[in-house]
Amino acid sequence: MAFIAAVSKRSSNVRGIKRPSTPYLLLIPGLSWLAMFFIFPLITLAGTSTQTTPAGGDTGTYVQTFRFANYIDAFSGAREQFLRSIVYALIATLLALAISYPLAYAIAFKSGKWKNLLLVLVVAPFFTSFLLRTIAWKQILGNEGPVVTVLRTLHILGPETGLTASAFAVVTGMTYNFLPFMTLPLYASLERIDPRTLEAASDLYANGITTFRKVTFPLSLPGVVAGTLLTFIPAAGDYINATLLGNPKTKMIGNVIESRFFEIVDYPTAAALSFMLMAAILILVMVYVRRAGTDELV
Amino acid sequence: MPKNSPLSAETRALIKAQMSRRGFIAGVGGAGAVGLLAACGTGGSKTEASAVVDVSDTEKIARWANWTLYLDFDEKTKSYPTLEAFKKSSGLDITYKEDVDDNNTFYGKVSGQLKLGKDIGYDIVTLTDWMAARWIRLGYTQKIDADGIPNKVNILPALSDVSFDPGRTNSLTWQTGFAGFGWNKEKLPGGVHSLDDLFAPANKGRIEVLSEMRDTMGIIMQYQGVDPSVTFTEAQFMNAIDFLKARIEDGFIRQVKGNSYKEDLISGDAIAVIGWSGDVFQLALENDGKFDFAIPESGGTLWSDNMMIPSTSTHRKNAEAVMNNYYDPAVAAQVAAYVNYICPVEGAQAEMEKIDPTLASSPYIFPDAAALSKVKVFATLTPEEETKYQTAFQTATGN
Repeated sequence: MAFIAAVSKRSSNVRGIKRPSTPYLLLIPGLSWLAMFFIFPLITLAGTSTQTTPAGGDTGTYVQTFRFANYIDAFSGAREQFLRSIVYALIATLLALAISYPLAYAIAFKSGKWKNLLLVLVVAPFFTSFLLRTIAWKQILGNEGPVVTVLRTLHILGPETGLTASAFAVVTGMTYNFLPFMTLPLYASLERIDPRTLEAASDLYANGITTFRKVTFPLSLPGVVAGTLLTFIPAAGDYINATLLGNPKTKMIGNVIESRFFEIVDYPTAAALSFMLMAAILILVMVYVRRAGTDELV
Repeated sequence: MPKNSPLSAETRALIKAQMSRRGFIAGVGGAGAVGLLAACGTGGSKTEASAVVDVSDTEKIARWANWTLYLDFDEKTKSYPTLEAFKKSSGLDITYKEDVDDNNTFYGKVSGQLKLGKDIGYDIVTLTDWMAARWIRLGYTQKIDADGIPNKVNILPALSDVSFDPGRTNSLTWQTGFAGFGWNKEKLPGGVHSLDDLFAPANKGRIEVLSEMRDTMGIIMQYQGVDPSVTFTEAQFMNAIDFLKARIEDGFIRQVKGNSYKEDLISGDAIAVIGWSGDVFQLALENDGKFDFAIPESGGTLWSDNMMIPSTSTHRKNAEAVMNNYYDPAVAAQVAAYVNYICPVEGAQAEMEKIDPTLASSPYIFPDAAALSKVKVFATLTPEEETKYQTAFQTATGN
């Protein structure tokens, strides 16, 4: 509401717009879209999450009984996968940050005429399906693939040890798949840095490391926060990497939701788990954004 | 069950699902999708009015949903020879779609419409026994008029009467297959004939089992001396679950999956599996006999996929004509020569002699009594049992 108020306040200052209703009219398409495709399903989802099967009801028959214990049951059945999703997503996010920062830095400051080409290369994977790229990793990390062959020749891996169907493969796949979401915001914030601030730093006898620590990095923080959020949130809900690259011991919460929904036809548990995942991510993100304290972030 | 394809059924299902669900899943772990689907109706109760009018005489069409690579296909002409021939002789316009990737996913897609009595867009659906049982139980199928299918008499006696559809009034077997052991002959020259062979220490981490609960559990239960084809106790089922859990926990089982175990057998990531007869047979053909299949000594499972007419279909007579065509032994033999699963049609073996004598003697396509005595059909479960057991199985396999 504060946002609407701000918009209307500002619009009244703009010359030429007389009708105070204009900002509200402009909001209608967006709000109705949200109401239809976000708020309405969310309410239905909340309703489904407290339903139970009536006595003698057939598979997939549920009636509303407001059984909030569904949430406790759902959570206790999937505690392991919940924790695993958060841990994997966290590792993937940190890895993506470690890989993306130097990459974005190089593109923003050192790439010269190659800048556009490099940016296109970062985005290029988006032109192929997310799934096909994940399946490609299955081949790359597979027992007959190049990585395992090299590692076996170097005796880093034993002759019978593989890389796929492991937590390593799942986290690798996630890191790769969400890398562009990290790189692009980082690049955008690094690119915006005024070169004069860096010149000023060197005028004040700061060396390269100090300049980075005191000037570049703090100025790129909005990018870091945006990138980590854009990576962490989808990674925590992802289940495709775990399906294709993992084993039964690396399943994530997305896999549980999928199996409850499609295999068991247990809609209430699937709905309750989805809600808890949303809540968990929301809380984590709120704490994070507050700690990071970046007001300019939007 | 679908057959060979560069991408597994699981993968294809994922790709399809991704198109519609990825945006939601990526953001909130499926919350959006679950909500939307839930909004479309949580399905399940019997259809109220099934008074559909049959317009077969005026609309000469039939729409068929089947699994992938489950009908004879000519690579050169990119068409289905038996289907094309029937289209010509009958004048029917038949739409054949490989729309079934997974029993549960397909059910999830159409159950809302079925419940509301709205056309699901198919006049024939082909689903596995236990899912067929659910459709028939819920009244989602139409009675098939036996007069419309004179060739129905050709059904194998063993299949003519099943517990979920007494007298086969609402369904007709499409293909049948075994679940048992498949293995890499180069790595395991001794073969795999029992669960002890499968879980031999040397195979650790290179074993895969089916995500189809009834096949994997049916084999484990028989190993433990429990007959899964008759009523069994919850404790007996949970014993088998404990066995599976322990093999996953100690790292023996690499993955639990559907058809995609084939890719892993080829790549060498898996060397022994619980898999389906037709799949392994096909793999062996394509890889110079590198793979072999056997029914477990303690017993394997037998499953069937069944053609049914959905309650919403307005082309019942046309659908019956299609079914009748595929119960003609000569046509059935042509299909069997391509799909390599067990042919449910009596007399097809004699017809197969004319097409390919080696296939006619294949125990995978025309099993003898000895082979059939070693397999069981998983008992029909009540809805509560199904939910309970499926939950236990999904939880044991990490979901």
